[in-house]
Amino acid sequence: MTQQLPFHEGLFTWPAEQPELLGSRCEDCGQHAFPAQDSCRSCTGTNMKTVSLGNRGTLWTWTIQSFMPKDPYSTDETPETFVPYGVGYVELECGLRVESRLRENTPESLEIGMPMELEIIPLRTDEGVERVTFGFKRQAAA
Amino acid sequence: MTDVAIVGLGLHPFGRSPTMNGLEQGAAAARAALADAGTDFKAMEFAFGGSQDGGNADSLVNLLGLTGLQFTNIWNGCATGGSSLNAAYSAIKAGQYDVGLVVGFDKHPRGAFNPKPREWGLDEWYGETGLMLTTQFFAMKIQRYMHDHGISRETLVSIAEKAFRNGSITPTAWRQTALSREEIENAPMVSEPLNKYMFCSPAEGGCALVVCRADIASRFTSNPVYLKTAVVRSRNYGSFEVFAPSQAPFVAKSPTVTASQAAFELAGIGPEDVDVAQLQDTEVGAEIMHMAENGFCEHGEQEKWIAEGRTEINGQLPVNTDGGCLANGEPVGASGLRQVYEICLQLRGDAGARQVPSSPKVGYTHVYGAPGISGVNILAT
Repeated sequence: MTQQLPFHEGLFTWPAEQPELLGSRCEDCGQHAFPAQDSCRSCTGTNMKTVSLGNRGTLWTWTIQSFMPKDPYSTDETPETFVPYGVGYVELECGLRVESRLRENTPESLEIGMPMELEIIPLRTDEGVERVTFGFKRQAAA
Repeated sequence: MTDVAIVGLGLHPFGRSPTMNGLEQGAAAARAALADAGTDFKAMEFAFGGSQDGGNADSLVNLLGLTGLQFTNIWNGCATGGSSLNAAYSAIKAGQYDVGLVVGFDKHPRGAFNPKPREWGLDEWYGETGLMLTTQFFAMKIQRYMHDHGISRETLVSIAEKAFRNGSITPTAWRQTALSREEIENAPMVSEPLNKYMFCSPAEGGCALVVCRADIASRFTSNPVYLKTAVVRSRNYGSFEVFAPSQAPFVAKSPTVTASQAAFELAGIGPEDVDVAQLQDTEVGAEIMHMAENGFCEHGEQEKWIAEGRTEINGQLPVNTDGGCLANGEPVGASGLRQVYEICLQLRGDAGARQVPSSPKVGYTHVYGAPGISGVNILAT
C-alpha cells in the first residue's frame, strides 16, 4: 500500500481510523486556534495546550475555486485535469471556524448551515509517497 | 499642532505600461505631483513610499535625484498607500518636517496574486493545498454577508455596472468601457458568487501627493485640500479576515470599523457630513460591506441605497466616482493613494465629466489590505 503522509505535520491525527483536526486551546481565556500555536490571538497570553478539535461541524460560509491556483499551489493536477473545489469555513463544535477544502463543488450542493464531516484527501504524489490533507464533506445521514 | 495640506497631485494612469517598469511609473507620478504643486524634488524634505512588485520605493531617488532626503519604505499590503500617507501626516503633525512626498507604484503580472505563505506567518501547506487566495476570502465574506443581511445578486451587478460607467468617463481609468447588466451577469464565474467583472485585477500604475504644513500651503497652490485625519488600524480578534486558516467563533468589529470610528472622532464629524467617498472595492462585495463598516448605512440597507442610486455621482453619497479599483485595477502600492487623488480632484472641482455636482466640501477614503488592515483618511477644503 502506498505510504500516505500529510502535507504538514500536526494539522490532524494521522494515521488514524477516525482522524480529528488538531489545534490549540488557551488555558487562560479558553479560545481555540487552528493550526496549533504557542500564543493566544485573543488574550495575547502564551499558556496554550494542543487539543483535538474533533471532526464535525457546520458550514459557516463557502465559495468555489473555479480556476487552478498559481504557485504555491502544488498538487498533481494540470490545468487540463484541474477540477473545481469548494472552499469554506466550517464551524466546529468548539465554535472555531476552520478554513477547508470542500468535496462539494457546485452552488446546488453547498448551503450555509449544512452539517459537515472531516475527510482526508490525497492531493500529490512525491516519489511514491502520497501527500494528504484535510477536507470536509457533507455529513452522511446518521 | 499644525494642520496638514495636500498641495500636489500626480498620477501615472493605471492599467498596463509595457515600456515602463514600476519605479519609472512611480517617478512619473512623483514628477506630476511636484509639477502640480509648482515645486521640485529638491524642495522635498522627506518621502514615504511603497510598492509590492515594483521595486524598493527609495530607489526612486536614482530617478528623481540624490538630494539626501529621508526616504522611508512602507509596506502594508493593499493598505500601503494609506499607511504611507499616515506616516507623512504624523511627520508633519509632529513638526518634524514642513513638506514632503508620498508615493506609491506597482507593476503586477497578469492574473490573481500568488502570495507566499511564509511572508504572512503561515506554513506552506496553506498555499500548496489551495486555500491562500484573496479571491476566496472576498467571495466567502460576501457570501455570508448576503445570507445574514439579505443582499441580492442584483445589487452585486449594480455595483459593477456603476464602476464601469464611472470608469467610462474617467480619462485615466484602465477600464473605460461601460458594461450592460447582461454583460456583467453573464461573465465567467471566478469564485461563487463573484464573477470576472465583479473583481478588480492586479495592474500597474503610480500615484503621488505633495503634502505640507497647512500654513505654508499657499506657497504651492491656491486650492489646497486639508487632510483632517489619517488613521490605520490592524485587526482585532474576531474580525473576519483574509489569510486566516481559522476564525474566531464570533464576528467582532473589523479594522475598517475601528479605523473609521477613530477617524470620525478625530475629525469631529460624522458619516452624514461626508459629501464624496472612496471605499475599497477590490470586488463588488467589498464596496457593499464597506458602506456599512464605514458607518454610512446600516448592514442590509445597501440593498435600498443601491436600488435608489444613492452612491451614484449625482446621488446623496457618491462612492468611487472614478470607477474605483474595479475600473482602475489595483497596483497595490499606488491604489490607496489613487483614492486620495480622486477625492482631492473632486474637492478642488477638477474632476471633469465625473465631477460631483454639489461642490463637495468633505471627502473620505478607505483602503483595506491583507492580513486585515484598514486606512481611513478624511479630507476637506
